[in-house]
Amino acid sequence: MTARRLGLYAASTVIAAWVLLPLALIALAALTPREELYRWPRPLWPDRFTAEGMLFFVHQARVLRALWNSVLVAGLTIALALGLAAPAAYALVRYRFRGREALQLGILATKMFPATVLSVPLAVVLIRLNLYDTLFGVALVHTSLSIPFVTLIVASVFAGVPYELEEAALTLGCSRLQAFLRITLPIALPGLAAAATFTFILSWNEVFAATILTLDNRTLPALLIHSVLSEGAPLYFRYAGGLFLVLPAVVILLLIRRYLLTLWGVTVR
Amino acid sequence: MAEIVLRNLRKTFGKVVAIRDLSLDVADGEFLVLLGPSGCGKTTTLRAIAGLEVLDRGTIRIGGRDVTRLPPGKRGIAMVFQSYAVFPHMRVYDNIVFGLRMRGIPLAEQRRRALAAAELLQITDVLDRYPAQLSGGQRQRVAVARAIVMEPDVLLMDEPLSNLDALLRLHMRAELKRLHREVGSTTVYVTHDQVEAMSLGDRIAVMRDGEIVQCDTPQRIYDDPANVFVGSFIGSPPMNFLRGVLDGAGGIRLGDTVLPVPVAYQPALGAQRDPEVLVGIPPEHIVVGAGPLVAEVVVSEPLGPSKLLTLRTHGQLLKVTVRADHPAAPGDVVHMDFPPAHVRLMDPKTERALPRTGP
Repeated sequence: MTARRLGLYAASTVIAAWVLLPLALIALAALTPREELYRWPRPLWPDRFTAEGMLFFVHQARVLRALWNSVLVAGLTIALALGLAAPAAYALVRYRFRGREALQLGILATKMFPATVLSVPLAVVLIRLNLYDTLFGVALVHTSLSIPFVTLIVASVFAGVPYELEEAALTLGCSRLQAFLRITLPIALPGLAAAATFTFILSWNEVFAATILTLDNRTLPALLIHSVLSEGAPLYFRYAGGLFLVLPAVVILLLIRRYLLTLWGVTVR
Repeated sequence: MAEIVLRNLRKTFGKVVAIRDLSLDVADGEFLVLLGPSGCGKTTTLRAIAGLEVLDRGTIRIGGRDVTRLPPGKRGIAMVFQSYAVFPHMRVYDNIVFGLRMRGIPLAEQRRRALAAAELLQITDVLDRYPAQLSGGQRQRVAVARAIVMEPDVLLMDEPLSNLDALLRLHMRAELKRLHREVGSTTVYVTHDQVEAMSLGDRIAVMRDGEIVQCDTPQRIYDDPANVFVGSFIGSPPMNFLRGVLDGAGGIRLGDTVLPVPVAYQPALGAQRDPEVLVGIPPEHIVVGAGPLVAEVVVSEPLGPSKLLTLRTHGQLLKVTVRADHPAAPGDVVHMDFPPAHVRLMDPKTERALPRTGP
């Protein structure tokens, strides 16, 4: 029993370290004074902590613009993905129709195509549609990337709202739409918010499509990749950018972890 | 006036027939109970009246108005769901006035009706709580209050007591009966509990396989079940059925004992060709102590106010209710008699009651 426990803790520690160690290293490096970063051997624990790397990163005009772009793209993605996935999820949960299961499978099957394979045709299509190097184009791609997950998440959220509640609203004089807006939507709201933040992280962290499909209107990850790969940005810039990218995701995941876990059928108090 | 007229309803789910061909009239102000085992179509029938199921065919009229194609909110009905379906994100008060708000009833009137209903159901002091803070019984009262503030022509209830514990159920049953007397709405009530049906209904419609088998007052259903199914569903324990043979000379042979054919059956049984009959007798009407039938006591169960015996006679088991202080013990041999006035004969092939004349 104790041996099993020990093994469990050991495994948990290894997995946690695997995820957390790089994050910790990035954070330490980002808060290390510039000159110390180039010292050899570089100390793991800096002599003093400083925010000058972070400030330098944030104060660059193109960084600010890319940050704003990222937020815009993420916002657009959330609106588009929820707007498209929520009705689909509602229909999948509430109605029995021909081809329902095939559709469900089909939605997931879109995840089988690697984005790398699709990137060139995608760029061609976006150029044809005059959407190349636009934020809307990137948001469209992010939307299509997130729709399968969002549909799945939102469907499970809607499934958690008993249909009898909507039926009760119908008998009390609601139309179907009113019943949805007044009963199901408010009850599902926390779950929908979780789905929205999940979409935000997905778009915020997405680097491949954003890099391929933009030149000037880069999102933050695309800008970082570009400056690291093509411009050979200095170390302190890289670390600061890394930490800056990771932070929102970590904070948001901490906030919504309860909902993410309930999605997989586990309830945590 | 809000009588309900159902004509030739049919509803199928894929290949499953939920309602076969159902016609039923419910009078204005009547309390009608739909009773039957699970899967008999009683809930589907109720939901069809509510407008929550789309029928394959048939018409539904409420108060003379054809509502077959109207949405639930326009039928003049209110419904109490089995799970109560109380809205969890609204306070009790907002739950109760939800329907009135949807109707655009003035605020003062909403308040007046909500308070009256809360008073009637004794939930006045929980009006600003959320449903999660209520007990099951209180939630149930909220669901009923939410329905009756609508002052519906027709009140529909789908097993409203089935989620309550036994004691509370007994209490709420009487409450519902009082409520019906005070509100006076035509009520259709679905249950699988025959005691509930007997105690609440002005009439009971017993359903089986999507059809109404018998629709009558509780007493007449109890006294004169239309077939073996109804007889073995009503009563606790239900009616006993023993296989017997008509001897052609005014008697029924049970093994080597001969019982007289009750007078009420004598005119009809002359034409009866099949000599086999099922002899139905309610457990509380069997006389134990004297009589032509001999039986062995198999089980004796004291129930407090009475005692339930399981007897074996000529290879067939039957249940008998006797006084609590009856001395019969397992292994004893007792004599018993079936009073002819309480004997009900059924055709073993069709399982229908044989025609009776007189009272």
